Order: sequence, then C-alpha cells, then structure tokens
Amino acid sequence: MRFRNAALLAGFALTQFTFSRAQDAAMKLPKTIVAGDAFSIQTTGSGKAVLYIVGLGQALRRDVQIGESASFPTGVLYNAGHYLAILVGPSSQSTGEFDVIAGARPETLGFLAKPSRLPVGLHNGISGAVYVFDAYRNLMTTPTSVSFELSVPAGAVQSRSVTTRNGLAWTEMDSSTKEGTAKFVARVGDASSTRIIEEVPGEPCRIMISAHPNGNKLEVQTAPVRDCSGNAIPDGTVVTFTQSFNNTQTTVDVPLKEGVARVDMPANKGSRISVACGVVAGNEIRWNGGQ
Amino acid sequence: MINPLRLTSYVLSVLMVSWMDQPSVRVQPPQLKGSRPVEKQTEIAVIRDYLQSWKTLQAAFDQNQSALLDAYFVGTAREKLANTIKEQESLGIHTRYLERTHDLQIVFYSPEGLSIQMIDTVEYDQQVLDHDKVLATKSMRQRYLVVLTPSDVRWRVRILQAQLD
Repeated sequence: MRFRNAALLAGFALTQFTFSRAQDAAMKLPKTIVAGDAFSIQTTGSGKAVLYIVGLGQALRRDVQIGESASFPTGVLYNAGHYLAILVGPSSQSTGEFDVIAGARPETLGFLAKPSRLPVGLHNGISGAVYVFDAYRNLMTTPTSVSFELSVPAGAVQSRSVTTRNGLAWTEMDSSTKEGTAKFVARVGDASSTRIIEEVPGEPCRIMISAHPNGNKLEVQTAPVRDCSGNAIPDGTVVTFTQSFNNTQTTVDVPLKEGVARVDMPANKGSRISVACGVVAGNEIRWNGGQ
Repeated sequence: MINPLRLTSYVLSVLMVSWMDQPSVRVQPPQLKGSRPVEKQTEIAVIRDYLQSWKTLQAAFDQNQSALLDAYFVGTAREKLANTIKEQESLGIHTRYLERTHDLQIVFYSPEGLSIQMIDTVEYDQQVLDHDKVLATKSMRQRYLVVLTPSDVRWRVRILQAQLD
C-alpha cells in the first residue's frame, strides 16, 4: 500500500514535471504588420500567460491562453515602429520582435512652405517640403509621387511632380510675374494641402518725374511707379525728391498714393530736381522757368 | 580630512560611470541629394539636440513621465511617445532604453530651413519591467528616420520612426 502511494506520488510528481515543461511558452510572430491591420500571434504550450507588445509607438497587454492564438482586431496596433513581444507564462517566458509598417494609402500631408510673402519674379523663391503620412500619422517611406502646383489668378500655373525619398518630397518654384494671392498646393492621391503665398510687386523698375509751374511753386509728380513686370508698386512706398539749388540741397520723402507721388517745390530757376525710390534712381529735371 | 586616494578613486568611478553611460556616436557626412547644404554649426546643434532627445526619452519611458518629453519632442513624435507612456503607466510597466551606439547621417535640409531629416542606426538594449520585475531584456539594432524642426532655443524631434532596413 505504501509502495502504491509512493508510486502514485512519484507518478503525480512526474506528471507535474511534464505538465510544467508543457507550459513552456513560445510564440510565432509575424515579421511585419501593416499599421492598423488585424493580426494574430500563435502561441504554443499550455496554461495561461500574459502577452506584452512594447515599443516606442505603443504598449499593449493581453491575457492569453497558451496554445491558442492571440488575436488583435483592426485598429489596435497602428503606430509604425519596431516592437518587442513578451509572452510571460507561469514558469517561462518567450520574447520576439516584429515591425509595424505604415499603411499604403496616403491620408495626410505635412506641408512646410516658405515664404508666406515675397516679391514677384524671384527664381526659386518659393520652397515646399511635403511629408506623406498614412491614416495613423505614420510616415510613408515607400516612394510616392507628389504633385506640386503654384497658381495665381489670371497667371500661368507652375507644376512639378516629385517622388518621395524617405517619406519626403520637396521642390522650389519661381514666384510669378503677376502680383496677387498664390495658391501653393501639394497633392498625393486624394490627400492635398494648400498654402497661401502673397506675391507682391518687386522693386520699382524705373521712375519718371515731370514738373509743372503753379505760381511760385513747381508741382513735381512721378508717373505711375511699377516694377519690371508692370505691377504697380504699393501705396505707402516712399519716394524721395531732391532739389539742388545754389549749393544747397532739399530732400522731401513722399509716400506713393494711388501709384504716384506728388510734391510742391520752390520754382527756383536753375534748380535741379531728382527722384529715387529704394535703390532705383529716376530722371533729373533742370528747371529753367519753363523754357 | 578627505583622503586623497579615496577622492581620486571616487572621481575616477564617476568618470567611468559617465563614460559608460555615453553611447558611441558616429556621424557620417551628410548625403543631401540636392537640398540645402548644412552649415557645420547647424549640424553640430542638430546632432547635440537629437542625442539629448534620447536622454529625455529614456528618462520619460523609465519613469513614465511624459512631461519630460516636452523639451526635445514636438508634434507627432511627442503625441505618440506620450501616448505610449500613458499606456505603459496603465499597464503597470515601464521600459528602459539603454543606447549603446548611434550611426547618424543627415539626408535632407529643407531650403527654407524648417526641417532636417536624419537616419540613425541605433544599437540599444530594451528592458521591459513590470514594476521592479524585469520581464525581458533584448538587444536591438534599429534604423530610425528622424525629422527635426527648429524651435526658439533648440531643434526638436517631430518624427521618430523605426524603419525596416
């Protein structure tokens, strides 16, 4: 009887040992998972365990029955990155690694464009860089074609197509010859992003003045001031008139109003009147009493 | 009275510890493929700030303190890392990332200076702990795509994403 009990105990102990060995947890991991897709992890062994999935992008925990597969539905693991999976069983543990990669469909664009305001006619004056993201804001690193388009009302449209490298595409464009509000659009499939860029007239191209006597005064006036593309220089831009007479010099700064600048100056016979705006000098008038 | 021998030994051990804490960093020449060249000063600042971002990341993930990320992370990177820390906290786990090497290369500097993209092959140990119990430790070698953008005082990480080699 004693012998039988001892044998039973020994058998039970052996069973326990075998069972414990059978509890050794192992798992079969996918090499890669597309962000947000459903997936499962097959475990082998028996008993209960806890499965951790830990990376910089997410941390998950599941109670699992070893020997079955742990299923993760759509939208549970969605941040691209490298993950460590740890299966902690009652007496053993197993670890593995896998990657979550970005989805194949572009959803949002990170569009960095500069500047927001610039003069017309500037070569490569506008630059834009686009980062392409999937629905979970993962950077999509598979080469993708991005179209850039720069347009102003009643102006020519500039367009470029650039393929992404490491999730990024960039371009440079010229500002147009016509002033106005330009739309800078980046587009990938159905995803697009727009930036507004103010294109303003450049420096005056040339300034012409004329003078007309009015009593003992001279009315000096510029012709409409324009840049080299024919855009009117904005009102408020300062024009400097200079009158030289008898070794003295008088300077008057006048803002443009409705595209022209006017000033009254003494009608000194023999005086010289010149004009300048920014770095551009205009014509010079020598006043000889209207002769 | 301070024993000079003990003091020297203490200083040496501190130096050893700080030396051992520092990952080895290799910086390859930028490979910009037509984008704006990177000035040396900018390159130094970007790399300094990026390496420091890993220090704050380590502390944040070990202590489950997402506020530590604020100084060096912004935008998507900050949001995603902070969410992971929140998840760790709710699961009762924390993670130690011990970086051993960085192999860095700048691959893009936008013409307007608003973003810099780098590739970093990092070797590190990832240790996951349930409170104080180590669940697993694994040595990793991973390629990261990093995008940094300038802020008032430093470059901050906007995208930090592990990539398949």
